[in-house]
Amino acid sequence: MAIEATTQPVHGHRSLQHHFENMEQQREAGTLGMWIFLVTEIMFFGGMFLAYALYRSLYPAAFASASNHLDITLGAVNTGVLILSSFTMAMAVYFTQVGKQRPQVLCLVLTLFLGLAFLGIKAVEYHDKYEDHLIPGRLIPGNPFNPAVQEEGQPIDHHKLHLLPGATLEKVEMFYWIYFAMTGMHALHMVIGAGLLTFLIIFSLKGRFDPEYHSPVEVVGLYWHFVDIVWIFLFPLLYLLGRHFEHG
Amino acid sequence: MRPIESFEVPAPPRVNYINAQYGLKSWLLTKDHKRIALLYLGSITFFFFIGGLYALMIRLELLTPQGDLLQSTTYNKVFTQHGIIMIFFFLIPSIPATLGNFLIPMMIGAKDLAFPRINLLSWYIYLLGGVITIYALLAGGVDTGWTFYTPFSTTFSNSYVVATGLGIFINGFSSILTGLNFIVTIHTMRAPGMTWFRMPLFLWSHYATSLIMILGTPVVAITILLLAFERVARVGIFDPALGGDPVLFQHLFWFYSHPAVYIMVLPSMGVISELIANFSRKNIFGYSFVAFSSLAIAVFGFLVWGHHLFVTSQSVYAGMIFSFLSFAVAIPSAIKVFNWTATLYRSSISYDTPMLYALGFIGLFTVGGMTGLFLASLATDVHLSDTYFVVAHFHYIMVGGALMGYLGGLHYWWPKIAGRMYPEGWGRFSALIIFVGFNLTFLPQFIAGYLGMPRRYHAYPPEFQVFNVLSTAGASILGFGMLIPAIYFVWSMRYGKHAESNPWHLPGLEWRTQSPPPTENFEVTPIVTWEAYEFAPREETEVVGKFRPELERI
Ligand code: HEM
Ligand SMILES: [Cu+2]
Repeated sequence: MAIEATTQPVHGHRSLQHHFENMEQQREAGTLGMWIFLVTEIMFFGGMFLAYALYRSLYPAAFASASNHLDITLGAVNTGVLILSSFTMAMAVYFTQVGKQRPQVLCLVLTLFLGLAFLGIKAVEYHDKYEDHLIPGRLIPGNPFNPAVQEEGQPIDHHKLHLLPGATLEKVEMFYWIYFAMTGMHALHMVIGAGLLTFLIIFSLKGRFDPEYHSPVEVVGLYWHFVDIVWIFLFPLLYLLGRHFEHG
Repeated sequence: MRPIESFEVPAPPRVNYINAQYGLKSWLLTKDHKRIALLYLGSITFFFFIGGLYALMIRLELLTPQGDLLQSTTYNKVFTQHGIIMIFFFLIPSIPATLGNFLIPMMIGAKDLAFPRINLLSWYIYLLGGVITIYALLAGGVDTGWTFYTPFSTTFSNSYVVATGLGIFINGFSSILTGLNFIVTIHTMRAPGMTWFRMPLFLWSHYATSLIMILGTPVVAITILLLAFERVARVGIFDPALGGDPVLFQHLFWFYSHPAVYIMVLPSMGVISELIANFSRKNIFGYSFVAFSSLAIAVFGFLVWGHHLFVTSQSVYAGMIFSFLSFAVAIPSAIKVFNWTATLYRSSISYDTPMLYALGFIGLFTVGGMTGLFLASLATDVHLSDTYFVVAHFHYIMVGGALMGYLGGLHYWWPKIAGRMYPEGWGRFSALIIFVGFNLTFLPQFIAGYLGMPRRYHAYPPEFQVFNVLSTAGASILGFGMLIPAIYFVWSMRYGKHAESNPWHLPGLEWRTQSPPPTENFEVTPIVTWEAYEFAPREETEVVGKFRPELERI
């Protein structure tokens, strides 16, 4: 038979699973698995990006009007918060790889904190939209989509929707559905990410990671950066798209 | 292939993956890919049976032109549920989750898939999706067709669309996780010496299938999710009454669902490549063409979905491009058929049950693929769309192709899976019955459809009755034929002859370990030094009698 023993696997590391030959193989599999999972995530969000692209090109005025009503300041602050959290996440991976436990825990906690800050700011934004009756359809029963519209010549009221020529409320509502679908799905991913970070913090406090075994931190890091990147796309597409309509 | 001599003395019962542990818990919490494959095998068989019952009801109703057995609303539910169960809960997981799960680690010389826990998780997700779907069926059923077209599904249907959709949505993740696991396993877990081009073609086709699973399934998942929100919360992007566009739904749905037809047939093609090469005892003709045609199908399969939208508002220019691309995607399929045929040419074929299924596959798949070209031509599709011609077309591929491959593979690897032989005589007999029954069921539907009989109605003009009577008769034969393997597989688990480790005398890695294999598949990690279908040179085989184990590169 051609079945012979290979070089005996270097046993030893307590985190090596039985079906892998060595830590290197195990780490490679974990990272590749996460990359592939992220590919599926891209396709998942892709369906919504397609709907967005289609309707934005069909109804530019309505989408611009609706977009103008989003809170750019909060959106921009949130973008900064997320980018910063990606930085702390990357540092957490680095400190794990070089085996420095204390800064590693610190960076993970910072990342978690920034993630929660993002979600908090997002909640404030959602609440503003709720106050202005901008929640589409029957998503919240008893609070139908019914925004006040800014009339010509009236004093500017930021709680009122300013409809550009050619925009209809029906399509504005559609924009808000796409907005809530996309940012809601993104927020759900943030919540999951926060859960994963909590696990990482517990495990790293217990000293489970070391330079030989750091792939969980690395893999969650990949996930976190991905969720961050989705937002980097969402922010300009949703918040900034109407600007040139009004000022240009 | 009957062995010329038996080289192996029946071994005393050894520890294998089945008797390694006992008790329900050892099965429900197993991380062994082989046991998970068996869990899947049991559950998809269950769903296949339910789907079969619906098929029976459809065929009985269509025996007569009037709607006497079922009312139109019931009939709508019956064909919808038939489609949903058969596609999402049987055909899509069928080969990958059972044979693929069982064989992929063994074929590359690994101890398990890369993520055993995720593998088990995928089975539980499948079950959860299945339970929710069955709940929907029992609560009142769903009548939208398996395609869930809007705005009927979002606004007008009074059936359990959301619950069914949720079941399919959840089930989708099981298929994503399976695909992910396969890709990572094939990339990172190959034994020393198992290069990409030494891999059995079964692995190439599963790799291609997995690509489709991870790229396509998320799209249908988000589509169904949006549909459910639209129905429940009246937030619209599909329903024109809410400002949306129903054709967008069709684009998103078919962006997954055309590639999904390849999820169903590609693994089957992988099985057929194994069977053809091994039962004609010859290296496959044009290995790299067959391997790359799988990848080509996976890639091109994503570019043809518009052929399901020829009779919607899709622009004619888009239609022309999709028509052209649909013809293009037939090329890699044709490459496979030609290569299989060339492999058969002047080889020493043995007509065991698996090979009968393989030969059946080649013929039936060719018919299915060729009629696909009728549908992919713009002008003819206007006439044929939504007729029984379409029904016959996709059954030739999904039953005549995918299911035949599944049955062939199940017979072929049964000795390895169960450690027992199935009864060869009954095997051949039922393969023949199934072939005859299948053709009698679906050939008449081509004619009925060509003459204009529309699909998805419970009643039809009397002039179509003769085709429907033939079809129902065929379906009865087909159903009877299917029962035979169902019985003897179960029977053989207890009473079948003990299988040797290599009953067909083949070079593949999965045959180089005991039957059934031990939990870790191989005692020691194998080192691969041979090509995929490396048989003894022709002249020598003829002298010595087809196969000499000592040529097996000891
Ligand atoms: C060989 C290349 C193929 C071509 C060119 C092709 C073409 C087509 C076309 C144009 C239709 C739409 C008919 C209509 O409703 O107007 C169709 C329907 C269908 N095809 Fe194919 N097909 C091919 C292969 C396959 C394969 C491999 C499968 C399955 C494994 C498959 C499964 C189906 C199914 C399920 C439908 C019906 C969808 C529905 O309307 O419910 N086809 N095919
Ligand atoms: Cu298609």
